[in-house]
Amino acid sequence: MATILETRALTKSFGGVLAVGDVSVAIGEREVVGIVGSNGAGKTTFVNLVTGYLKPDRGRILYAGQDITAHPPREVTRLGIARSFQIPQIYLSLTVLENVLIALAARQGEGLRPWGPLSTRAREAEALKVLEPFRLAEHASRPVSELPEGGVKLLDVALAGALMPRVLLLDEPTSGVSSKEKFAVMDTLVRILAERGVTAIFVEHDMEVVTQYAERILVFHEGSVIADGAPQVVLEDPEVRKAVIG
Amino acid sequence: MKPRTALSLVAAAAFGLAPLALPGWVMFLLTLALAKSVVVLAIALLLRGGLVSFGHGMFFAAGAYTVGLVMKWFGLQEALILTALGVLVSAGVAALLGLIIARYRGIFFAMLNMAISMVVYALLLKLYWVTGGTDGIGIRTPTILGMTPDRQNLRLVMYYFTLVLTLPAFYAVDRFWNSPLGFMLRAVRDNEVRVEYMGSSVARVIYASYIVSGALGGLSGILTGFSVGHIVPELAYWTTSGEFVFVAVLGGAASIPGPLVGSIAFEFLKSYASKYAAYTWQMTLGIAMLLIILFMPTGLWTIYDLLTRQVRSWRPSSKPAR
Repeated sequence: MATILETRALTKSFGGVLAVGDVSVAIGEREVVGIVGSNGAGKTTFVNLVTGYLKPDRGRILYAGQDITAHPPREVTRLGIARSFQIPQIYLSLTVLENVLIALAARQGEGLRPWGPLSTRAREAEALKVLEPFRLAEHASRPVSELPEGGVKLLDVALAGALMPRVLLLDEPTSGVSSKEKFAVMDTLVRILAERGVTAIFVEHDMEVVTQYAERILVFHEGSVIADGAPQVVLEDPEVRKAVIG
Repeated sequence: MKPRTALSLVAAAAFGLAPLALPGWVMFLLTLALAKSVVVLAIALLLRGGLVSFGHGMFFAAGAYTVGLVMKWFGLQEALILTALGVLVSAGVAALLGLIIARYRGIFFAMLNMAISMVVYALLLKLYWVTGGTDGIGIRTPTILGMTPDRQNLRLVMYYFTLVLTLPAFYAVDRFWNSPLGFMLRAVRDNEVRVEYMGSSVARVIYASYIVSGALGGLSGILTGFSVGHIVPELAYWTTSGEFVFVAVLGGAASIPGPLVGSIAFEFLKSYASKYAAYTWQMTLGIAMLLIILFMPTGLWTIYDLLTRQVRSWRPSSKPAR
């Protein structure tokens, strides 16, 4: 399996607190990787570093062999890495459909076009296709502010998916989603990502979700990766259980 | 036909037929209101992105002075060529300043615009051998498609000239707001982080919108210059820019007709207030503004929204009664 994303001795501190220290991992193409760890373990900081939101103090990030360490988020996104957020980042004054239409226009490189409508038939049909697996298509014309918390979370994931990335980083994709819908959404998400050949890296607290969907787990503890491997093996490790579950 | 299209056509027809029913002085006020509504529209355009400019007077002045100086130095008289030149120069000024200004938001964006506008004002004032200083520059009657309007019909011709350029500007901004860039500008106001994580540049979205807004500001200054026949440095003064923001809020910046409604209301309110309360007309405007903010926080165009909602509630429901 060819490596698509790699970090080498990635390090980031905030003041005197080491958030991520010397993290070196290699993620293969089409892999589904779960990142687990207790609060403050460095999971989100790692995602923020990889996607250009934060600049590392030391270390390198390689995407498909290209050094993307100093790249800002928009360049990282254009190269093919998209993300969703722990706290959803969406356009609250717009409708669900308009949110996705903007993402599609951005992906097609038409975000700066000052003429012609954003909402064309073809783009609208594609946007509905993006929303369908998340059961948001029926809410397409609703303002985002009217969506329940779980719906907002799913829309955030849908926006990242609409960009057709090669690597998708999902920060707690099922938090706020009802336990009834959680597995259905993950089933669909993982299936779509597999169909498209997307590498998925997701931060998750729910161990049931992690064990069911991740092929590989990275365990973060105090900024370092203390375990890396198949879920069945890693989660049996007493040290990991202590670090993750407490 | 959609109600919105029908309303636009009715409004265009009403403006077209207005000279048949209205006296000359009202036509002059209406010409001014139409001309200035374009710069108010430019302010409204940026407000969609959460950006307030207290310096659009500089684009207003850039357009007007381009026309004045080209007429003075080169003797060019053709209004359409002068207008195109003025709009190009204003867009160029916006393109240049936008390189710096597009990096700022909020109060910094507003104040930086104002600061640069005041520099432009000072230059127009001090470079009197070029700009005429406080005396300004007289704008001679232009030719339109090679024809010189006679004195008797001048007011009417300038009205139609202004109308013919104003209405397409409103149509263009309506299209702009529905375009990918227009929506991207709204997206910037809502969530800059997500815009960047869609692979778009927030600064570029603001920069492109700023150029469009600057060009509109210039067009407005040109039309005002042609209507009044005289331009002065005060066009770039900060109170002029403040007045544009005032009118945008008065009319309602969230809708396309808002700036036009606000501009007409403002010109007539100012005219009547200065006639009947010569020493306190600013206070009258202030009170009007307070009332608008209290009772119609989204501007005068709210009245239309309220009326259409009322009409809809009167219509019998198409669903059968249970």
